Amino acid sequence: MQPRSHAFPANVARALADDGLQVALARTSAGFPKKRLEGIASLPEFELLRDQAEAIREHVLEHLDWYLERFAAQVEKQGGTVHWCADAEAAREAVLGICQQAGARSVTKGKSMIGEEIAINDHLSAHGITPVETDLGEYIIQLRGETPSHIVAPALHVSRAQVTQAFREHHLDRDPERPLDAPRELLGEARDVLRERFLAADVGITGANMLVAETGTSLIVTNEGNGDLTQTLPRVHVVLASIEKVVPTLEDATTLLRVLARSITGQEQSVYTTFSTGPRRANDLDGPADYHVVLLDNGRSELLGTPAQPILRCIRCGACLGHCPVYQQVGGHAYGWVYSGPMGAALTPGLLGLPEAWHLPQASTLCGRCEDVCPVRIPIPEVLRHWRAQSWEQGQPGGVSRLALRTWAWLATHPRAYRLASSLVARVLRWRADGSGAVGSLPGLGGWTATRDLPVPEEGRPFLAQWQERQQP
Amino acid sequence: MSGAPPHVGLFVTCLVDLFRPSVGFATVRLLERAGCRVSVPAEQTCCGQPAFSQGAREEARALARQVIETFSGFDYVVLPSGSCAATLRRHYPELLADDPAWANRARALSERTHELTSFLADVIQFTEINTVYDGKVAYHDSCSGLRELGIREQPRRLLGLIDGLHETPLANPEGCCGFGGAFCVKYPGISDRLATDKSRQVVESGADLLLGGDLGCLLNLAGTLRRQGATTEVRHVAEVLADQTEAPPIGRE
Ligand code: SF4
Repeated sequence: MQPRSHAFPANVARALADDGLQVALARTSAGFPKKRLEGIASLPEFELLRDQAEAIREHVLEHLDWYLERFAAQVEKQGGTVHWCADAEAAREAVLGICQQAGARSVTKGKSMIGEEIAINDHLSAHGITPVETDLGEYIIQLRGETPSHIVAPALHVSRAQVTQAFREHHLDRDPERPLDAPRELLGEARDVLRERFLAADVGITGANMLVAETGTSLIVTNEGNGDLTQTLPRVHVVLASIEKVVPTLEDATTLLRVLARSITGQEQSVYTTFSTGPRRANDLDGPADYHVVLLDNGRSELLGTPAQPILRCIRCGACLGHCPVYQQVGGHAYGWVYSGPMGAALTPGLLGLPEAWHLPQASTLCGRCEDVCPVRIPIPEVLRHWRAQSWEQGQPGGVSRLALRTWAWLATHPRAYRLASSLVARVLRWRADGSGAVGSLPGLGGWTATRDLPVPEEGRPFLAQWQERQQP
Repeated sequence: MSGAPPHVGLFVTCLVDLFRPSVGFATVRLLERAGCRVSVPAEQTCCGQPAFSQGAREEARALARQVIETFSGFDYVVLPSGSCAATLRRHYPELLADDPAWANRARALSERTHELTSFLADVIQFTEINTVYDGKVAYHDSCSGLRELGIREQPRRLLGLIDGLHETPLANPEGCCGFGGAFCVKYPGISDRLATDKSRQVVESGADLLLGGDLGCLLNLAGTLRRQGATTEVRHVAEVLADQTEAPPIGRE
């Protein structure tokens, strides 16, 4: 997917003007925080589990090479294959190679953000292999030719009427007069259509919520069970995962699972939690003949040891999106690439670089709610400030903003000049307000005054000037 | 507390200095009533938060050093602002961590620094508020104070001492008002939606007065309420606590 993060302001304008999107966002903005509160209320040790979850993830990042090697060795011991991929290109080629070797014509896919990151669907299609998304949300946006707008709820922006429309346009072998509005009807139809695809697929691709080093296991959680069919029916199972997804033990995995779903949907557990360890063994009743893990770096190892490292703890629960005031207004597509909300703003600059993604860390009020709800306690505002500092060094923002900040900084370090300047500003503002207490427009401050008045200083001089006057009798 | 009254250095903050001197005077009055000796160093300007938030680390460090210098020698440093207090308390130490000459001084200042309402409620445990306010008040919890310093109960405890004052809760008290410093002028579309949403909550709460502890948010909300034709008045919490409400509300004359 071609990144559009650099066009963030234009993306935002579009999102704010999209009434359908605004309705969807308003619904979920209230919903997710409420569900999370209900979910954690039933688990008194939730805060303690967060501490443990944070410690597990941080420990892994400190010893990432060791755990990755252990994971890979275990996968191979079970008869699976690990593909180490430095970038998206390498990962695409690895997946294509596996599919071609299997003689695949169609591929089913469970939900995978790494799949989005490497744009695997486009690549497979371009080589004559048909990818079919099997997560209902992903399936809907695939029909609509869109990308996910939320890392957990990819079709959050789509209304039910739009789903009906997409099904009518794409499921052409069905009776055009059929009733197709109720959720049950839509679900039934999706299930029917997907069942045929599951059976026809030669390769199943899933993501991984975690990779377990001690056993070489990959783990996914879903609420629909589509992942299980994706990975057990076809002959070949490909797991797409980024390198930081590894955790030391199964015990650690369960600790993380206890905070994962609760943080967003309030569920104790997702409906299905599936562990895959290698290909089918002699006595297994089902499972794939071949099991591959495609491990993607794509810039992540460069973040280790930097102030951005904590974002690699992320377990993609989506809580920070659901609680972010900015995300709640603009939705996921405005961020212009795969990851959105606070975790996207913190991660994307590391993967795409600041020239593409510099807006994302700027577009935050640093309100800190993301850090407050993050199950692995990622200090997201701190990471955003880190990217802002990098941007500043690279000359972004430039122009008037930069000049204004520099001028102000000079004044602020020269208190006498500062006093004169603030007295002058107070006087000018009061003159413009002309006795009304506020101004409705001000050259250079259109961003403020377009939608709100600017209260002007109270009558009299600034506080420090008045104070000094009073001190000198 | 034994013997001499605690010596407090008052950092009024740049926004109070420029926009709302009466908050400065109200703060002095409150601190003096709470038994403190108050000094207002003349060299103070701004805590440097705009530079720090923008990532202009050198500029932010220069200001941090200036503030540390200006406010050394007090028992406490008090600011009528959660976000500026958080800058001194939380961010100076990290900003100057690698500077051997300043790291310790930054930490020492951090430990002595307090936001006004938490200083009064937690440190001094001030209870002598003898004012009366007959009306419904909404309180806006500013994000920095709330999440960086844990300020939620303190202003409410103090306001609870006022006879007649009745708090009307906001629908989404944890939500940001959309100010965010430079954010509000750089991404005005998003900021406007957030400010509008918060203002609607204020109006729907039925309050006749909105209070808060951070002037940035209050300017944002006062300006939005005013543009929308709402009559809700907006003031800094210190004004009401000090019973100093002679000045017209923020953005009114
Ligand atoms: S950053 Fe934290 S809250 Fe956000 S998705 Fe990742 S784990 Fe969840």
